[in-house]
This record gives sequence, structure tokens and C-alpha cells, in this order.
Amino acid sequence: MRTVDLAETSIRELNASLHRLSSSNDERWRVINPRGQHAIAVGLDAPATIEIDGHVGYYCAGMNKRATVVVNGSAGQGVAENMMSGRVHVRGDASQAAGATGCGGLLVIDGNASARCGISMKGIDIVVKGSVGHLSAFMAQAGNLVVLGDAGEALGDSIYEARLFVAGSVKSLGADCVEKPMEDRHKSDLFKLLSAAGIAKEVDVGTFRRYGSARNLYHFHIDNIGQY
Amino acid sequence: MCGIVGLFLKDDSLKSDLGALTSRMLVTLCDRGPDSAGFAVYGAELPGRLKLTLRAPDHFDWKPFLRQLTDVAGTSLHETVRDTHTVVAVPHEREALVRDAITRTPEVDVVGSGRRMEIFKEVGRPDRVAERFGLAKMTGTHAIGHTRMATESAVTTNGAHPFTTGPDQCLVHNGSLSNHNAVRRDLVRNGLTFQTENDTEVAAGYMTWQLREGASLEQTLGAALDALDGFYTFVVGTESGFGVLRDPIACKPAVMAETDRWVAFGTEYRALVDLPGVQNARVWEPEPARVYRWERH
Repeated sequence: MRTVDLAETSIRELNASLHRLSSSNDERWRVINPRGQHAIAVGLDAPATIEIDGHVGYYCAGMNKRATVVVNGSAGQGVAENMMSGRVHVRGDASQAAGATGCGGLLVIDGNASARCGISMKGIDIVVKGSVGHLSAFMAQAGNLVVLGDAGEALGDSIYEARLFVAGSVKSLGADCVEKPMEDRHKSDLFKLLSAAGIAKEVDVGTFRRYGSARNLYHFHIDNIGQY
Repeated sequence: MCGIVGLFLKDDSLKSDLGALTSRMLVTLCDRGPDSAGFAVYGAELPGRLKLTLRAPDHFDWKPFLRQLTDVAGTSLHETVRDTHTVVAVPHEREALVRDAITRTPEVDVVGSGRRMEIFKEVGRPDRVAERFGLAKMTGTHAIGHTRMATESAVTTNGAHPFTTGPDQCLVHNGSLSNHNAVRRDLVRNGLTFQTENDTEVAAGYMTWQLREGASLEQTLGAALDALDGFYTFVVGTESGFGVLRDPIACKPAVMAETDRWVAFGTEYRALVDLPGVQNARVWEPEPARVYRWERH
């Protein structure tokens, strides 16, 4: 395992080295002393595993492809934003816009995520073991957001086709977001997501409620003018 | 953008390190606000005295001015000259006389007053501003600092934060208010005066007005949620208190950390990484529209 000390190495050097990893390389890297710096392990495209010891700043593991990035601490804004594939695991809390615009892959947050978690998500799966803040899954287009705790105000505002599963309370639903029946196929899909996050045995899929789009807003219809 | 730092000590043995810790926090956030910087430090009280922080233009000759002021006060003012700012400690009964004497030198402004608060701000890179005033050597119980990237008004010393509109009160702001003109008019009707067109000064004035009307720090910040419209993360200081408030949609970033020895605020976690014991601190993001405050007793 290679260790990179960010007290001695710049973020640019670290990221440039990570970008040079060959696509078949299944390497393990350890990053120490992140000290809240921004853009750590951004833009990876290799099946490597990067473990970061400490709290990270903004956009950690952004645009990730195939790599596994583990943060042994909390993450600042936009962790795993625009992730394409791979896996990002935050062992602490995540700040705003976790997983924003993500197209694929799995983001697991052990603690809470604050506002706008999964904003404009486009296919990413996000599992938050704690709660999420207001306006989570705003304009979410595809993918799954699973929340074991509670959701803040305006969950799923202006949502398209993403699916939201929340075990706790929802403070309020956003425009055009409604509760939908939890059928067996949804429970089965949720079980797969929880399995991928490694918590299927600890959590009962029967405790979740499902939310999604009422599909009234995203195709403009003159009868809905009052809702805009 | 802008950057905010705040440090409130619970453990008195850290008092002598307050300036050094705050300075490191402020310098880390240089790139969030390279236009100008400022800070308020709550230092030791001199019994029977009111501290006035005075500001003059670059290269002002403080010596004859301070000699004159000492004559008016009839006693030593324990003055500390720090570049363009000087702090004098005026006996309470001489305050009116001394203030009157200061107005006769138009280059000198009173920029802050209080039993414990001293306030310093200038345009320029925050690390240089901290250096000019010798922040790293200052001592006290709590301090609040700001690095500014101006959006709503000009890059001037008066436009830099913190803003102070009452004794021992200061406020720093990241964001922009949208109803400050209306609130300013109301406050002026209630007898407050403002030095600038700046939105943040209105928030500071609102705090002063509420506290003057007898509200607690907690009540003041709670009332601000209804009265002020716009984007804001505020950090405020009073003689014995330290408060944090974010707007209901949490537009501007904020991180807090707390240990048995201190409570700290940073716009980004980066600002907190050198605080003693931060590795084991409780680190969290303050919730939107929730009042946080700490008081020393």
C-alpha cells in the first residue's frame, strides 16, 4: 500500500498520480493529513481503493469512475459530486450537496448529510445511515436515495424519476413529490441497495416508505400553471 | 464568498493563545476573502475604564494626539498603538470629555467601544492585516474574525467586518441581505445611527437595538430570523457571549467544533485544523434557522 502525506504532498501532485493509475491496476492507497483540503481524489478512473484518514473539504471524490474512496472522517460540500461509477464511503457526516448530479456508483454516508443531498442526481445510489437536510433530491432525475433517519423540508422538490426511501420522518415533501406504495419489487430493490451498503441484515425494508414524482410538473400542462 | 472565524474559550489557560489561534484560523481563510479583513478581540477589562478603539489614516502621528487626549482625561489612558489603530482606556466619568476631544481631530474616528472589546480592520490581504495589528500576540477570552470578498458595497476600511454598533457588540456576516434598507429606516427611527450603506451594519444595528430593548442574545438572534431577509451566516460577540445564526436555507457554509476547552466556528473546516485537540472535537454543521449561543459566567 502506498501512503501519501498531504502535509508534504500537494493536492495537485496527489491527484495527478492518481490519474496516472492504469485502468487494470487494483491498487490500495492511503492518504493522511487531509486537514479539510478541497478536491482530494477527484477525477479517478481506475479500480483502485483510496482511503483518506481525517476530514476532507469540498468535492472529495468528485467525478469518480470505478475507484473506491473511503473517508475516515467527515466530508465538506459536494462529496462524490457527479460520480459516474465506483463507490464512495464517508464514515462521518457529509455537508451539503452530497452526491450532487451523480450519474452512477454508490455513495454511503455513515452519519448525517446536510441540505440538498442528491440534488439533481442522475443515476447514483445514495445510502445515508443518518438523516438528510432540506431540499434533498431536489430535481432528482434517476437513481435511489435511501435514508435510514429523517428527511428535512421539501424532500424531492420537482423530482423526476429518482426513487426515495426514508425510514424516519419526512418534515415535508417538495412540489410534485408524493408518497407511493411500497410493493414487493420496491422492497427487493431496496434490499439490494442495503446489501450493497453492507447493512441489509441490520435494517428491515418494511420500515421504509417510498416517495417519488407525481409526474404533474415535469411535462408542462396548462392545467398546472398554478403550481409554477 | 467571505470567510468567518470565531473562537470562544471555556478554558482560561488558553487565554494567552487566543490571538495566535485566531490568527492562524484567519490566515487559512485568506483565499475566501482577499479584499480586506478585520477582527474583534475580547481582552482583559480595566476596572472603571471603557476601551475606545481609534482609527486614523496611514502614517498618522499618534504621539501629539495621545498627549492631548491624556491631558483632557487628566490620567494615563494606557494606550496601545497598533499601526492605524490605537486602543485607549478611558475612565467612565471622562468618556464624554474624551470623545469630544477626539471629534476635534477629524482624521481620528472611534471605531469601537466596550469594557473588553477591541476591534481592528483594514483593506488588504488578511494575513497582512493580522500581521500589521499583531493579532498573534493578543490575549483574551473570545475573538471573531472575517476575511472579505466584497459584493454589496465598496472595498473600504469601513466596509470591512466586524461591524460594531454598540458597546462590546460585534457582528460578522457571510452573505448578503435583501431588506437592509427597510430595516435601516426602522432602526434610524428608533435612534440608531449608521456609518455606511453596508447591509451587514444593519444586522449589527438590529442586534444592538434588540439587546438595548432588553432581549437576551438568544432572543435577539431568534428575532433576527424574522426581521432579516437574505443570505447570511452571522457570528456575533458580546462582552460575555458568542452566537451563530444561519439563514433558513443555509445558503452560506459553516462548520463548528467544540471541546471541553473551546468552541470554534469556521466557514470551512480547514480553518479549525490547528486548534488544540481538534482531532477529538465534536465537529458539526450548524443547522439552518437555529440559534447557537454560548455565554461565559
